[in-house]
Amino acid sequence: MESKIIIAGFGGQGVQSLGMFIAFASIHDGKEVTFLPSYGPEMRGGTSNCSVVVSDKPVASPIIASPDILIAMNKPSLAKFESRVKPGGCIIVNSSLIENKVTRTDVKVYYVDANRLALEAGNTKTANIVVLGAYTKISGVFSPEVMKAVIEHKFAKKPKVIPANFKAFELGYNL
Amino acid sequence: MKELMKGNEAIAEAAVRGGCRAFFGYPITPQNEIPEYMSWRLFEVGGTYVQAESEVAAINMVYGAAGAGARAMTSSSSPGISLKQEGISYICCSRLPCVIVNMVRGGPGLGGIQPAQSDYFQATKGGGHGDYHMLVYGPASVQECVNIMYDAFDKADKYRVPVMILGDGMLGQIMEPVELPEFKDLSKLPRKNWATYGDGTGEKRNIINSLLIEPDELEAHNKLLADTYAEMARNETMCEEYLCDDAEIVLTAYGTVARIAKSAVNILREQGKKVGLLRPITLYPFPNDAFRKVAEQDCVKEFVCTELSMGQMIEDVKLATGMLKPVHFYGRCGGNVMTPEDLVEFVLKEGK
Repeated sequence: MESKIIIAGFGGQGVQSLGMFIAFASIHDGKEVTFLPSYGPEMRGGTSNCSVVVSDKPVASPIIASPDILIAMNKPSLAKFESRVKPGGCIIVNSSLIENKVTRTDVKVYYVDANRLALEAGNTKTANIVVLGAYTKISGVFSPEVMKAVIEHKFAKKPKVIPANFKAFELGYNL
Repeated sequence: MKELMKGNEAIAEAAVRGGCRAFFGYPITPQNEIPEYMSWRLFEVGGTYVQAESEVAAINMVYGAAGAGARAMTSSSSPGISLKQEGISYICCSRLPCVIVNMVRGGPGLGGIQPAQSDYFQATKGGGHGDYHMLVYGPASVQECVNIMYDAFDKADKYRVPVMILGDGMLGQIMEPVELPEFKDLSKLPRKNWATYGDGTGEKRNIINSLLIEPDELEAHNKLLADTYAEMARNETMCEEYLCDDAEIVLTAYGTVARIAKSAVNILREQGKKVGLLRPITLYPFPNDAFRKVAEQDCVKEFVCTELSMGQMIEDVKLATGMLKPVHFYGRCGGNVMTPEDLVEFVLKEGK
């Protein structure tokens, strides 16, 4: 098993944290992983992306030409990376911010109304966790229990926000 | 369970565990996490951290601290390392052990902030003025950064040379699972009989100096340095061979690029192409013997050297292989990074 994921969006949408959650879950599961953030002169509101490779074996290249999974959190990200997704791969689209439909027919597409569902979970900052839930279900690489353990661990110092993040995760997972 | 750590932070923690107790730095992307980490971490272990007023000041603080016997280090990225060259030359002449990390970014000049390998010449051929070298490592993963950094001060002490860890922006920023080693017991380290600890009785003075005005004295000193480098070459050379035994085409690369090349090798092997990878881990001393041995294999038809530069390590590859086989070059630069698929395409086009 080797799964290559590109996650992209605006800075501030939790793109890097979303990638890190997947990386932490990999360690939790005893898998090999590389998490490579973009570190250009981006800032809040600019574009941000990261590449995550999860594998059973040590990861050679952390650089991804064609991802198995693209998570597009905003419109410019979909435009930039849509053509690069491996045929037969999948795209998770944050449909709250992207009204366009994916034009490719050789990939599976999942539209997730992440910002609305985050609002429903009670915290607008959890849109990335909604998508993490959807990713967990779609990829089948990690159990939801592992992801929730990671969420709990990452927010251990801010226990107040855990319930909303759990809710957001479940809303995404149960789509 | 392993920990997920960023390359820069893992290097910093491994340095502390390997005995670093003095850090002097000045900020520059993409290595800022090293001084940032050290600023609080060294405080916890009773070490010294100074954010200097410039790179020049930082390297001269390393010069002073190393002279006084401390395990001292600095880190920077390309333009900052250029500024440190005078100090490095003085440190090398004074035969002081220390560690210098360079997380390379695109140059020349102020360049960009994205990954590059364009400081290979500077790192391996001296860098500053005079006839000197450092022990230079090109780690390819966060775990390898940890392993090399952990022992770097021991190597520096053994040969009385600076150790340079030559990474790139990717290696500094990437996060991977790592296992961290236990703290080294610094109380068991031998006393440096040349160091200016400042605790003597005045019977014998140690002097740290890089001015040797008598030609005979300076020549003898240069020969001593050369002997040290020859001994380093005998003992410390490291290289990884991957699927070279039956290879017709051998890719060569170091650092993160070697991992991209390894993926390319795997893709080409799946297509039935006999391709291998030769990865120097020490960049100085260069693993000449390993390269020569592979070049002499009958099955090997050609080499492909790939770097994030316009072609620097390729010169050492050509020297080491004695040009027995042709050496092709594929490079990206300016902060752009090749994908495994780019390399596959190049090898299929060049490979006969």
